[in-house]
Amino acid sequence: MTISIDPPKQSFRLSQLIYDTRYRSITIQVVTLCLVALGIIWLGYNASVNLTALGLEPNFSFLWNRAGYDINQTLIPYNNSDTHARAALIGILNTLLVAGLGCVTATLIGVIAGVLRLSKNWVVAKLMTVYVEGFRNVPLLLWIILIYAVMTEGTPSPRDFREGGTASMWLDSTVAVTNRGLYIPAPVWGPNSGFVVAVFILSIIGALFYRRYARKVLFDTGRLLPMVWPALLIAIIPAVLVFFILGRPIGLSYPELGGFNFAGGLQISNPLIALWVALSLYTGAFIAEIVRAGILAVSKGQSEAAFALGLRPNRTMSLVILPQAMRVIIPPLISQYLNLTKNSSLAIAVGYADVRATLGGITLNQTGRALECMLLIGLFYLAISLLISGVMNIYNNSMKLKER
Amino acid sequence: MSDIHAQTAYVRTAMLPQAAPPVRETGAVKWVRENLFSSWLNIILTLASIWFVWTVVSHLFPWFYNSIWRAKSLTECRAIRDATLGPDASAACFAVITDRWKQLLFGFYPSSEYWRPTLSLVLLVVGILPMLFTTLPRKLLWGTLALPFVLFFLLWGGSIWTTVMVAAGFVLGFAAIKILTPIGGAILAAIGAVLIPILFWIYAAGPLAESLHSILPIGLEFVQSKDFGGFMVSTVIGVAGIALSLPLGIVLALGRKSDLFIVNKLSTAFIEIIRGVPLIVWLFTASLLLNYFLPPGTNFDLLLRVIIMVTLFSAAYIAEVVRGGLAALPKGQYEGADSLGLSYWQSMQLIVLPQALKISIPGIVNSFIGLFKDTTLVVFIGILDPIGLTNSIRASTDWNGIYWELYVFIGLMFFIFCFSMGRYSLYLEKKLQREHR
Repeated sequence: MTISIDPPKQSFRLSQLIYDTRYRSITIQVVTLCLVALGIIWLGYNASVNLTALGLEPNFSFLWNRAGYDINQTLIPYNNSDTHARAALIGILNTLLVAGLGCVTATLIGVIAGVLRLSKNWVVAKLMTVYVEGFRNVPLLLWIILIYAVMTEGTPSPRDFREGGTASMWLDSTVAVTNRGLYIPAPVWGPNSGFVVAVFILSIIGALFYRRYARKVLFDTGRLLPMVWPALLIAIIPAVLVFFILGRPIGLSYPELGGFNFAGGLQISNPLIALWVALSLYTGAFIAEIVRAGILAVSKGQSEAAFALGLRPNRTMSLVILPQAMRVIIPPLISQYLNLTKNSSLAIAVGYADVRATLGGITLNQTGRALECMLLIGLFYLAISLLISGVMNIYNNSMKLKER
Repeated sequence: MSDIHAQTAYVRTAMLPQAAPPVRETGAVKWVRENLFSSWLNIILTLASIWFVWTVVSHLFPWFYNSIWRAKSLTECRAIRDATLGPDASAACFAVITDRWKQLLFGFYPSSEYWRPTLSLVLLVVGILPMLFTTLPRKLLWGTLALPFVLFFLLWGGSIWTTVMVAAGFVLGFAAIKILTPIGGAILAAIGAVLIPILFWIYAAGPLAESLHSILPIGLEFVQSKDFGGFMVSTVIGVAGIALSLPLGIVLALGRKSDLFIVNKLSTAFIEIIRGVPLIVWLFTASLLLNYFLPPGTNFDLLLRVIIMVTLFSAAYIAEVVRGGLAALPKGQYEGADSLGLSYWQSMQLIVLPQALKISIPGIVNSFIGLFKDTTLVVFIGILDPIGLTNSIRASTDWNGIYWELYVFIGLMFFIFCFSMGRYSLYLEKKLQREHR
């Protein structure tokens, strides 16, 4: 039997840095840090030598020079005497536009396809399987080019819409599909239109408050108030009333054929449509698989238990299955949104003016400032991606099953 | 008793033969009723799907059925169609594939050397079989190990001694581990295994290869990377990227899970930066900017730069997939390995990674499929992959104006590759399934 004694005081030896696990981790980290720092210094030194030799010291002042090129699709006013910075902003907005549109439609397509793929209906399930496998296994670039070719080669030119031409407009002469783009009616905002919009937004908020109230009544008293119809009525009726009381301030301008092209209405350019459709269908196929996996991940016992408690099928779905499936669905869904945003850089294939085409394309070629342009583009995408993954991490932490 | 019997009017003495179930409850009729027409929604869905399939098939079938396979140009194709089917008939002109399939497969690789990529493909398939199917003898794996060098030599050609010297560097590194481990422990061996090959490649390999070549000149005609094209270049980038990104991805994932603060932060930063930016921006960086970051005067092959970029990109994605696998493993496994007294690398190698990788197989294969599909993006930096070749085929007067046939062919090829990869991952998942469900 020995009593525990303090370990003998050992002087620190250099070999402990390697053989003693207490110090080894520090050694490894310091060595790694030194190697990485050396590598970065080496790259930076080379870059500074090369760029000085070429006379291209990093400098962002070119952004405030006149851009001098036109962009075919702009969300905010722009002309070719504006600066490169504004051209880059146009590109960023165009990227966000196609990404936003794509996320909405891809989610719709994906949810519908994912649910239908689980359907008992053999024909529908097989059709969805073909859709999902077909889009997942063929490069997105090919789909974009293919859909763009259909849009430009397979549609009539505006000339064909003239009297005696081969093509005609759809939906009571309001929509024209041409090889220059899709022409649809555009809203015309009259004098009091802001008032209608404000009323509409307020009534949507009102509808949300009604839902909250109905929920509170349900939880407090157990009384079930109707949810969907009253909320819809509250949201729509005031706006419609105000619209007619003010004498219909919001009108529509229809596309009309004048000369060789359409005038009026809203032109949605073919590059945007091709990119949008291809991104939606492609990402939709991935989302369909995510939705399917999420629904399958909820064990059958959950729905059986809910039925045993006497819950109706729709309440089982909304209170038991969906909350559990959502935990599985949401994180990969968000990373699909991220992928879609990054894939929108394939706009280069169809000539859509996204941020890579303006800042990383024409601006880069005109000014020769490759390093600065690529850096800015990289930072833009990185900012979006870090923002979204930050949101996702917060969500994941709040939804995590608590382990030890 | 007998009274009761006498009063009963009728007693059955023989059982009726079993009747067949009603028609609507058996066989195909029942299946159709239950699966296709069970409710109004289902009826609408079924009819809509059938209508959709019919519309697509009725448009596409004549196009395929009437397709023309023998012609020298699109005009000739049209002439044949007009002569046999009439001017308005819908007919595909797959003659472009029969005319230009060599270009689509090999790009501008010298036609006398087509046997080299073909042999490489055969060797590749034979070489990875022992990795894919564990029932084959394990000794074949040595052949797989030599495969990268053989393929490099076959595809690019040049003197055989260059390839031998590259391989010799790896052999030296391996030898350093074997010799130095007993002498100086694992750390010295690791340093030696990295330093000795690098020094060898920088100082000894070049002169040695030259002198050996002057003694024994064996070699193949050298082919430049810019002549590579078509599906060959997709396969080269795809296979090289897959082979290199998996180990790198695993290391990055371990780094991101590591307790060492600096290693952890560096891995995380690397993964997030690479993943946050689209591949196309990275490819432009590789083609426009990489030269700025290298010593003045260096210029290395565009294809190699692309392979490096694709590898780094895919490694970051694989790292995230593997990290998911590592996180999905119950904590007890890590603690069990620690309590057995295993070192970090032992516990990773023997306990953690085999299970974590098994969990991440579907994700890893999905990354591989993504990588292979992403090889099409190289068209934007001037490498002639299949999609790039469609433009140069259309640029010739013979095939000006042909779109769909080329896209259908390329899409089909990619589909076959990617779909079979996906099926293999399902097979692997089933085979490695150890839980009884």
